Amino acid sequence: MPTLSLNLPPGPVITDGAWGTQLQALGLGAGECPDAWNLTHAGRVETVARAYVEAGSQVILTNTFGANRLRLAAHGLGDRTLEINRTGARISRRAAGDRIKVFASIGPTGRLLAMGETNEAELRAVFEEQARVLAAEGVDALLLETFADLDEIRAAIAAAKATGLPVVASLVFDSGPARDRTMMGATPEQAAAAVIAAGADAVGANCGNGIDGFIPICRRLRAATDRPLWLKANAGLPEIVDGRAVYRTSPEYFASRTLDLVKAGATFVGGCCGTSPAFITAIKQALQAAKQG
Amino acid sequence: MPDFSKLHEAVLTGNAPAAVAAARQAMDAGIEPVELVNRAISPAMDEVGRLYEAGEYFVPELLLAARATKEVFQLIRPLLTQKDVQPAARVVLGTVQGDLHDIGKNLVGAMLEGGGFEVIDLGVNVPPEKFVRAMEEKQAQIVGLSALLTTTMPAMKTTLDAFRTAGIRGRIKVMIGGAPITQSYADSIGADAYGENAAAAVAIARKLAGR
Repeated sequence: MPTLSLNLPPGPVITDGAWGTQLQALGLGAGECPDAWNLTHAGRVETVARAYVEAGSQVILTNTFGANRLRLAAHGLGDRTLEINRTGARISRRAAGDRIKVFASIGPTGRLLAMGETNEAELRAVFEEQARVLAAEGVDALLLETFADLDEIRAAIAAAKATGLPVVASLVFDSGPARDRTMMGATPEQAAAAVIAAGADAVGANCGNGIDGFIPICRRLRAATDRPLWLKANAGLPEIVDGRAVYRTSPEYFASRTLDLVKAGATFVGGCCGTSPAFITAIKQALQAAKQG
Repeated sequence: MPDFSKLHEAVLTGNAPAAVAAARQAMDAGIEPVELVNRAISPAMDEVGRLYEAGEYFVPELLLAARATKEVFQLIRPLLTQKDVQPAARVVLGTVQGDLHDIGKNLVGAMLEGGGFEVIDLGVNVPPEKFVRAMEEKQAQIVGLSALLTTTMPAMKTTLDAFRTAGIRGRIKVMIGGAPITQSYADSIGADAYGENAAAAVAIARKLAGR
């Protein structure tokens, strides 16, 4: 199985589950900036990180998905960009110790190049700033996740590669009649070719429309590249019950489908929105059972 | 029989200069601007929406077509106004309170402008009272509410409640959309319409405007 040169054990590697929905469970308010909690509620952020370590994650992320200057500026926190990232990396590093890997999360800016809302130079500068401060805190790799636009992720890959760390590039395939394209229309094959050409060390898919759709996407990514594959599905689209989001996918079902993902060629497996430490425990148990069986 | 196919084709392929040139040419030949809208632009935008639904078009194609149409409208709007032809309708758009995401809303705005609507964009994190004020001041007929987060969706209901309290719910139409939104959610809060994507927004707004 292809893997990043990080001394990870052979076999599928278990990553973590959602952070945003876990932080909400700990009191993060609607519309509140999750990344700002690194400064104001570091203990609760660390609770999420530790819960994943205890559940069996071999790789955990950082609470820095939205911590690029453009997104933070929307919350009036642009001038806190460096410390929010620095603290986020330190919290996960502390929870992980030296046994568990930390992949720092970098998300898109929320601005569309195609609408003229940003430009390549601005994107490059914004991602360079975030990648550099995360890398300086001793994270093991950089994860570019939930991107929909190949041009934007290319800018992020260039910035991330400049740190010298391994780079995972993960996109959302949720559009088109078969829900197998990015919002901008790229297929898994096109996305894999584009991010590898830009220098990504591993390719992935995350979020989306639930884990069932991830299996054919994983198979197609596997056919398109020999690089490690990163797959993190969400727990399906939520239903709103009494004003609260309820995700219907159970940890057991998610874990059984994760075995199918591994058969389809996944290297790194975990979950996105709506998944929790219980999902990671279920995946660990399912993988162990499959190994023994 | 005037030829509308050039303009139709230019909008469909998102070629703004060709669309403007075709519109100019048609008007030089004596075609009324309102005819251009009804016989070329609107059918072309409907076709764009159909191609999006079919998975042949994605966001970049939508944006190009919307931009081409918008440029034609910039050319013909003064003429339409002269002849007392009103814009399709006035639509107020915004992302609801607590939510800072605006990609979806901006796409809807671009498509509606391409569909001939006058769009008033209130931005992100819009409190209910600001929606109410804009609907009153701008005498808008339609409001579009956007939310990306499950945690901010409930602000759609709060905004609808504010319209009721202000006594304007009866005269306005409310359309909602965003990743976590569904038809059943729209029904549950009493919205008039739900749009699954930006391409669907034009047809929905036209229906709500009664055109």
